[in-house]
Amino acid sequence: MKRQVKLLQGNEACAMAAVAAGVRFFAGYPITPATEIAEILAQELPKVGGTFIQMEDEIASMAAVIGASIGGVKGLTATSGPGFTLKQENLGYAAMVQVPCVIVNVQRGGPSTGMPTLPAQMDVMQARWGTHGDHPIIVLCPSTVYEYYMLTIKAVNFSEMLRMPVIILSDAVVGHLREKVVLPDISEIEIVERKKATVPPEEFLPFKPDADDVPPFVSYGKGYRYHMTSNNYDEGGYPATNNHQVADKLLRRLHNKIEKRRGEIVMTEEIMMDDAEVAIFAYGCTARSAYSAVETARAQGLKVGLIKALTLWPFPREVVEKYGDKVQAVIVPEMNMGQLVGEVERALKDKKAGVRPLNRFDGKMITPEQIVSAVKEVK
Amino acid sequence: MERCEIVLSGFGGQGIVLGGIILAEAAAIYDDINATHNQSYGPEARGGASKSEVIISKEVIHFPEIEYPDVLVALTQEAANKFAPTVKEQGVLIVDSGVKINDQIKDKVKLYSLPITEMAVKVAGSEIVTNMVTLGALVAITKVVSREALEKAMFSRIPKGTEEVNMKALAQGFALAEYLV
Repeated sequence: MKRQVKLLQGNEACAMAAVAAGVRFFAGYPITPATEIAEILAQELPKVGGTFIQMEDEIASMAAVIGASIGGVKGLTATSGPGFTLKQENLGYAAMVQVPCVIVNVQRGGPSTGMPTLPAQMDVMQARWGTHGDHPIIVLCPSTVYEYYMLTIKAVNFSEMLRMPVIILSDAVVGHLREKVVLPDISEIEIVERKKATVPPEEFLPFKPDADDVPPFVSYGKGYRYHMTSNNYDEGGYPATNNHQVADKLLRRLHNKIEKRRGEIVMTEEIMMDDAEVAIFAYGCTARSAYSAVETARAQGLKVGLIKALTLWPFPREVVEKYGDKVQAVIVPEMNMGQLVGEVERALKDKKAGVRPLNRFDGKMITPEQIVSAVKEVK
Repeated sequence: MERCEIVLSGFGGQGIVLGGIILAEAAAIYDDINATHNQSYGPEARGGASKSEVIISKEVIHFPEIEYPDVLVALTQEAANKFAPTVKEQGVLIVDSGVKINDQIKDKVKLYSLPITEMAVKVAGSEIVTNMVTLGALVAITKVVSREALEKAMFSRIPKGTEEVNMKALAQGFALAEYLV
């Protein structure tokens, strides 16, 4: 196979990337605007020896994906806001017991069932904090069909490498848009497999981490009998619900898995930021509007740049901070009432740059014109 | 080609969505320029409102939505009423014959009224190839993609055994428009 030029729909790219990344199990429940992912994987997974199951609901779907992963198969599920809500309980379980899995949320207008066919970016905080407890999470956010493909592969890789759930937070625009993509040859794509145990069963401690804070993984049914519990647990996998030391160590380690690899996990693109006097911080479909706005504003002689976040969580604070004293203001357009803007404010609290939210939540994209107007208000 | 924004509109069953995909693939894959495609339709499989949006550009397409199209195809009166007022000044408006356009819009755009569905029925015995007649006429008038690219894109998307009738429909679309132009 060589590089391929295709006109792909975002959700189609996600499904293809999942197969390329080695996903061999999908369980889900149909929901607009995410259904294409299930539809395509229902056709494609059986061809590569994988399994597709339509479950009775999203709660069971999430459980099935976790079960498949514990059984040693890379699993993925896809949904939209209402289904994402239902997945939260089991998502927390996966985070606690360190089971690799990927959850795609193609965002639509909310609250609740809201506007099923229209785009929004209203689940940014839910992706971070939707499940209870101080869990770590990685959330990746594509703004183009190509990014949707590449970030899906990254999501599967990160989840396998770090033994944790990873969320892809796309939206109805990027999910349904068809655009030209040049896909790399599959041999050029790095695919990560989870670490396997190297010791015999009698010496195996299921949650004893290596130096990288990640414990090797042994699938169930391989002769390594062990216990998984969502209660606080020790390295042997047994409950240690009243052991303060074990609790402290475990939670720190779960977070350190991410923190130690921030450089690799935090992905952003800085566009025309070199001489920028005003920065736009954007992600997902809104980053497309922002890119157009930067081009229009530049053509009018305005020094504007774009910080595009591909990773929303962990929040790319180091990238935002870097420009805190260089730009006059950071404009944060979002299709919600102001969610990630709070993180931008936090990153810039001791800096000179002002932070200006720009919000729209009526199911329509923020237009480049709206952003250009916001830039001119700064000037 | 500068950014060209094209809207195909009509009702479900006319092949509007597939037509848009074929046009975008003609540009993206066979003419090797940039293209995006977006679609919206009512909950009905047939008979509801249907719309395909295609953007073709030599530049990277960032903002993927269309507010004021350069080219609009309206195959139904309902679609024309809704979208014809949005066509850019001096833009192209292609309608099926019988679709009425008011004078105010006529003064603003280049209007082509063509017997698209009638031709489709003549070619295939039903309206099933309406989209191909439409694409033929649209490309003949606007030249947004090459005829060769359009034909290749069509062949890669249509069901086996329908090549002849679709090819004929496409050619008739070209003929309809070339006769006018």
